[in-house]
Amino acid sequence: MHRTGELYGQFETLEQQKESAALGMWVFLATEVLFFGGLFMTYTLNRHYYGTAFGVGSNTLDLKLGGANTIILILSSLTMAMSVWASHVGKRKQTTGFLVATLVLGTAFLGVKVIEYKQKFDHHLVPGYHFQIDYRAQHPAPNDDPKEIEAEKEELSKAFAKDPDLNAHAQLYFSLYFGMTGLHALHMIVGAGMLVWLIRQSIIGRFTPTYNTPVEMIGLYWHFVDIVWIYLFPLLYLIDRHR
Amino acid sequence: MSEHIVPPRAYVVIFLSLMVLTAATVGAAYVNLGPFNIVIALAIASVKATLVVLYFMHARYSPKRTQLVIICAVFWLAIMLALTLSDYVTRDRDLATDTQVTGMIRA
Repeated sequence: MHRTGELYGQFETLEQQKESAALGMWVFLATEVLFFGGLFMTYTLNRHYYGTAFGVGSNTLDLKLGGANTIILILSSLTMAMSVWASHVGKRKQTTGFLVATLVLGTAFLGVKVIEYKQKFDHHLVPGYHFQIDYRAQHPAPNDDPKEIEAEKEELSKAFAKDPDLNAHAQLYFSLYFGMTGLHALHMIVGAGMLVWLIRQSIIGRFTPTYNTPVEMIGLYWHFVDIVWIYLFPLLYLIDRHR
Repeated sequence: MSEHIVPPRAYVVIFLSLMVLTAATVGAAYVNLGPFNIVIALAIASVKATLVVLYFMHARYSPKRTQLVIICAVFWLAIMLALTLSDYVTRDRDLATDTQVTGMIRA
């Protein structure tokens, strides 16, 4: 049975052992920065070239849902940080409680994301054969606000005048939207899986003030995923709100 | 390092600051500032990211070599963005419209 909290032979002190774990985690996160960085680079260039289409695409996103998700995710970072603190001071029940809260908030974030993706499918905004940027304006649902539909029609006709290839260029926006939020959501799912494991370990009393490295390392990962969203939110939802 | 434990109060203060900055970024997006909208949005996001890295991720209390890795990550990202953009924005073809930009020498 693998024991926890003991000093391995290659380290001089427990402190050095812990620092090495953190250093390794940060090196991994540096590779993650570049992993997401490639997508951010692609986003930057395409937004530079197809600003009109990106603005139109961005305005179809639901700012209320996106904003709510931002609050949920930052709150989950707070509960994660609190569970790291609780494990440091040896409060076992609180460690577990904060981990459960983080998992619940993370799952809520993914749930909201599902609602958002569903809307995009309903409005024919998923890149591919059936993509149609003005689908919602042409086929409004019975409960859609007529004023809002009028405003959307007007915005679209202006955008088509500026960029006749709007339908093609808007697909670039939505490809990046699904690609970037999808990769982010995948990281959340992996994080949620690790949280389940952490909660189990915490319940059986694995973590003590001298041994809480897993809580801290998975905490670093969780905060990193939060940071990615901190950039995704303004870049995807807030391109052209001041029309 | 002697292990530094950040008190929960500090975490709550950071959380509230992040909430205020989120509200600020949404508010700023509704004001037409031309090219400065994106500058402000990225500046606010970077302040938020820095707060998360320094306090939630304990970078402020980490040893120098860990801090060096964090700086390297940002620096590598900056290299990728800067060098790629220096290529694309100096091309003699406008890739959006696929037309030749006049007044530049073709390589």
